[in-house]
Parts: sequence; structure tokens; C-alpha cells
Amino acid sequence: MFRAVVRLSTSGVRSLARIRPCYSAPLASRCCSHAKVETDEEFDARWVTYFSKPDIDAWELKEGMNTLIGYDLVPEPKILDSALRACRRLNDLASAIRILEAVKDKSGPHKDIYPYLIQELQPTLIELGISTPEDLGMDKL
Amino acid sequence: MLHLTTGRVGCLLSKQAVVALTGSGARMSSHGHHEVSDSVDMSQPMYWDRLDTPLPDRPWKDVLDSTDKSLKQKEKGPWTALSKEEKIALYRLKFNHTYPEMKRPSHEWKTVIGGMFIFFGITGLVVFWQGHYVYPPQPHTFGEEWQAKQIQRMLDMRINPIEGFSAQWDYKNKQWK
Repeated sequence: MFRAVVRLSTSGVRSLARIRPCYSAPLASRCCSHAKVETDEEFDARWVTYFSKPDIDAWELKEGMNTLIGYDLVPEPKILDSALRACRRLNDLASAIRILEAVKDKSGPHKDIYPYLIQELQPTLIELGISTPEDLGMDKL
Repeated sequence: MLHLTTGRVGCLLSKQAVVALTGSGARMSSHGHHEVSDSVDMSQPMYWDRLDTPLPDRPWKDVLDSTDKSLKQKEKGPWTALSKEEKIALYRLKFNHTYPEMKRPSHEWKTVIGGMFIFFGITGLVVFWQGHYVYPPQPHTFGEEWQAKQIQRMLDMRINPIEGFSAQWDYKNKQWK
């Protein structure tokens, strides 16, 4: 099969960690590069801020989402929450559903990630009126 | 105008995208432009169905009729007011295939294996015909009598007497060991 699904290295549902290029201790003396390593929290905060821009436009949403899906990780619920709210500001329900499909696909063989994400996003989904692909029967062929 | 034939598109993008583009983008079923040939206009935003790039440059349906337009207007209000069918319709306006549809299995493997066996068969026929019509007659040294005499000569000469040929022959009892 020619699927280009990126292999995921999660260490568990809760942590949703991704491959670290270096040791986590900032004072490790045998670091691979001298660049400052971004922590998971910084990464998440950066992306939440990106999607939280009040006047975000369609291009920025598209670009951000495509880049985020390109990373070797499943985004945290808070990032997805921010992205879904951006879809709401752009009056784009279809993209919101597409995002949910995309993160389900990103989870790959780890079938427990997507239900966790939906569980965490449930308040937002109800508030904004976003139906999951399962609700709409679009998760089947 | 940048035009790209679907053949060249294959070199740039993954096979998946080519299938998607040839299936949908190139023919641009709902696009306003009139595409005569199979070429894709690369100067315009493109649509694609890709697992790793969820949001394409343009929506699937560009040309909206009045029902679509009124639905798009309704989308600007609270989404809780939309029915399931309306939500599905909105999705289908923007996207062609869902993720499960993108990942659907194809029957291509049957074509591939079938084609392989057909070519094996043709090759087999060619080899058989060749054996019958092309090859010259076998040298006389392949005959039964000659081979027997050859083996006897080799044993008489003690070819490889330690570990090889003659070592397998029991000279006392005149038979193979």
C-alpha cells in the first residue's frame, strides 16, 4: 500500500510525547546540538497561540493545520480546540470535521488516542455544534 | 499559463495524489474552467485528497448553485442549527473523498499479479518454441553410451579420488558407495 502515514512514537495516551532530538535536561553536557530544545509545553503553547489569532484567515488555518499534521505527533487536545475555534471564526464546518478525521488518521495503529481526544474535546464540540465523522456516518466507506 | 500533464504530475506527487488528481482534480468536475485535455493548470490553486495534507488550496466545489449558497449562508450562523444532512452536504462541498474513502483498498493487485502471470506464460511459450525450433541438435557426447564410457574413463583415471568423484566409487565391489 502506498499510504504515507507517519509512524508515531507515543509513550502513552496521556503524555502524547514525540521524538526528542536531545536529552531533556538543558544542562546535559553531551547534547547533539547547541540549539535550545523546545519543551512540549512551549510547542503546545506556540500552536495554541497560532490558532487563537482572532482574525486568522483561511490560508493561515490551512497552512497551520497542514504543517501540524506533517509533524510526527498527534496534537494535544488544547491545540485542536484552538484550531476548531479558528474554523468557527472562519465559518468553516467542513474543515473542522476534516481536522478530526486527520488526527484520527495520525494516531495510526494507536486506537486509543482518538477516543481520548474526542472525550477531551467534547465540551468544545457540543458548544460549537461540530459533529464527529462517526456521528455523521462518515467513518465508514 | 502553466499546464502540467497528468503524466508529469506523477513525478512530483505521491501515487495517491496522482490518483486523486487524475480522478478528480484533473477532470475538475465542479470547477468553473473548461478543461479540454487531461492537463492540470498549475497556476491555479489545486484541490487534492491527501492523508498527510488535510486542507487543500481550494474547496472541491467552486461553483455553487443557489441551494449551496444558502447552505453556506446558514453555515455562518450557529452550527447547532444544522441538521446532519446539511453538515454532510457542507463537508462534500468542500471535500471530495473522506479519509476512509481515500484509504479504500483497490483491486489493483489483481491486475498486477495477473499481468505478471500472463508475461510468465508468454515467456514460457517463447522458451518452449525456442527449444524446439532454434536450438541445434545436442552434441554426440551427451548420448547414453558416450556418457557411460566417459564415467568409466574418469574412474579409471581416478578423478578426485580423495573427496570427489572416484572417492564415491567402491572399486572392490564395482559399484557406487
